[in-house]
Amino acid sequence: MDYTSIFTLMRAETVLAAILVLVFLYDLIAGERGRRWFSAVTCGLLVVQAVVCLLPGGEGEAFGGMFQYHPMHGIVKAVLAMGALIVCLQANTWLRREDTRHKQGEFYILTLSTLLGMYFMIGAGNFLLFFIGLELASVPMACLVAFDKYKRHSAEAGAKYILCALFSSGLMLYGISFLYGTTGTLYFGDMAARLDGSPLQVMALVFFFSGLGFKISLVPFHLWTADAYQGAPTAVTSYLSVVSKGAAAFVLLTVLVKVFAPMVREWQTLLWIVTVLSITVANLFAIRQKDLKRFMAFSSISQAGYIMLAVIGGNALGMTSLVFYVLVYMAANLAVFGVLSVVEQHSGGKVGLEDYNGFYKTNPRLAVGMTLALFSLAGIPPFAGFFSKFFVFAAAFKGGFHVLVFIALINTVISLYYYLLIVKAMYITPSDTPIGTFRTDRYTRISLAICLAGVLLLGVVSAVYDGIDLFAFGL
Amino acid sequence: MIKMEYYLVVSTIMMFVGIYGFVTRRNLLAMLISVELILNSVDINFVVFNRFLFPEQLEGFFFTLFAIGISAAETAVAIAIIINIYRNIRNIDAKSLREMKW
Repeated sequence: MDYTSIFTLMRAETVLAAILVLVFLYDLIAGERGRRWFSAVTCGLLVVQAVVCLLPGGEGEAFGGMFQYHPMHGIVKAVLAMGALIVCLQANTWLRREDTRHKQGEFYILTLSTLLGMYFMIGAGNFLLFFIGLELASVPMACLVAFDKYKRHSAEAGAKYILCALFSSGLMLYGISFLYGTTGTLYFGDMAARLDGSPLQVMALVFFFSGLGFKISLVPFHLWTADAYQGAPTAVTSYLSVVSKGAAAFVLLTVLVKVFAPMVREWQTLLWIVTVLSITVANLFAIRQKDLKRFMAFSSISQAGYIMLAVIGGNALGMTSLVFYVLVYMAANLAVFGVLSVVEQHSGGKVGLEDYNGFYKTNPRLAVGMTLALFSLAGIPPFAGFFSKFFVFAAAFKGGFHVLVFIALINTVISLYYYLLIVKAMYITPSDTPIGTFRTDRYTRISLAICLAGVLLLGVVSAVYDGIDLFAFGL
Repeated sequence: MIKMEYYLVVSTIMMFVGIYGFVTRRNLLAMLISVELILNSVDINFVVFNRFLFPEQLEGFFFTLFAIGISAAETAVAIAIIINIYRNIRNIDAKSLREMKW
């Protein structure tokens, strides 16, 4: 067999594994003084990773079809690496604190292992590798959620996350076992040819969907989301809400298109119901939240519903709009979480909505940044969020789901209301004890600059969308 | 020889006992054991399908081996988190984990 494919088709995974080992060794060898550069080293390596992912390369498969590569995978992997990079930049303030400094290495290693798991999940051409990648993405994630060992909330969130993860992966495996039983193969390509849409396979599809629905936190499987988001350290929450979700959404689209193509009618019905539930229920719950991390959890559930609009058509336009949506959502959401995280660090753990009253008076720059990001999340025209929502709606409309697009549009208006609640708190509501003025550190500034550049430019610079569109594939 | 259906009945019962246990049990360790029942029922399914329907290949067996290994790793992490909860609040009852709600 030809082992060069490890360095051509699997280059993203190989380089990431090498980075993992390097970071591990750095943690081991570098002393107290060297650790001060830990964040810079990791971020530099992640930039290298993103560049490696974007190197041009042809389509192909390795290890007898076990692993597949497509230029689109390269783009998604680069987007995820960028997300991880921004999260690492934002985590720096928190990781430098006295009580977490010795755990820096663990944080980076766990983050990179989940990223590696997502890469394998994306590149999988067989359910075995897919399952291993999914678990590699979710087991270290549970450790990350329970990272603040001495905080009760973090432990509680970790327990809820890992038990729900185990349960949903059990259901998913049960579905895969019936797919195997009815088709006799685990390879995506062979299975697609042998699926006939029998009732047993429809049941298997539903079970399988629950596993990925958990990772994307769609509505019937979303119950862990708010608790895990609130209890986890803020950096981990932002990672969960963007990178983990984006990877799972892309994988869901590829698996539905590649494997379940013969059962398109069944999964479109399934997705229709799940999308409507996700967007509506999450919007209604988001309105009544007082804790901003919890609020962002419900906002991210409804955003996941919008991402499903891109999946439901199953066409090439859907794939482009999905990747574009994830990219834009990443920029906006990470900007919000960046501000949340830095405020939490400088104000002694304030994350409530009321704490942000009068925020504009004391920290005008952060307030403006957060406002732009919230506008983008709500989908107000000049910002990237409007364009990403537009493309997603166009993809669903092209697939013939007119009522669904209409329901989603109504929900966009509702979501505007609760995003503006935060803006109102920051600019209008006065406060006797506002968050004090503070200076943000360099790392957070760089990350916020990247995010805001994304929010402002991604929609206007059409080269990004066109570049993604070149490689899209669909049913 | 025992027919395939009997094995499947056993695995299905295990699966749904696991789901029932996960929903009704209030102790975190009992919930974990229920999830293990689900995962083991899946392993039985894979092995039985491979043995009876596709004996010329080994895909199902391999999947089972990996699934066992991975579920062991998951259980280890889950137990570590449960121990951590016990250290924090001296209790592993699911009812005491409701500081965050709604």
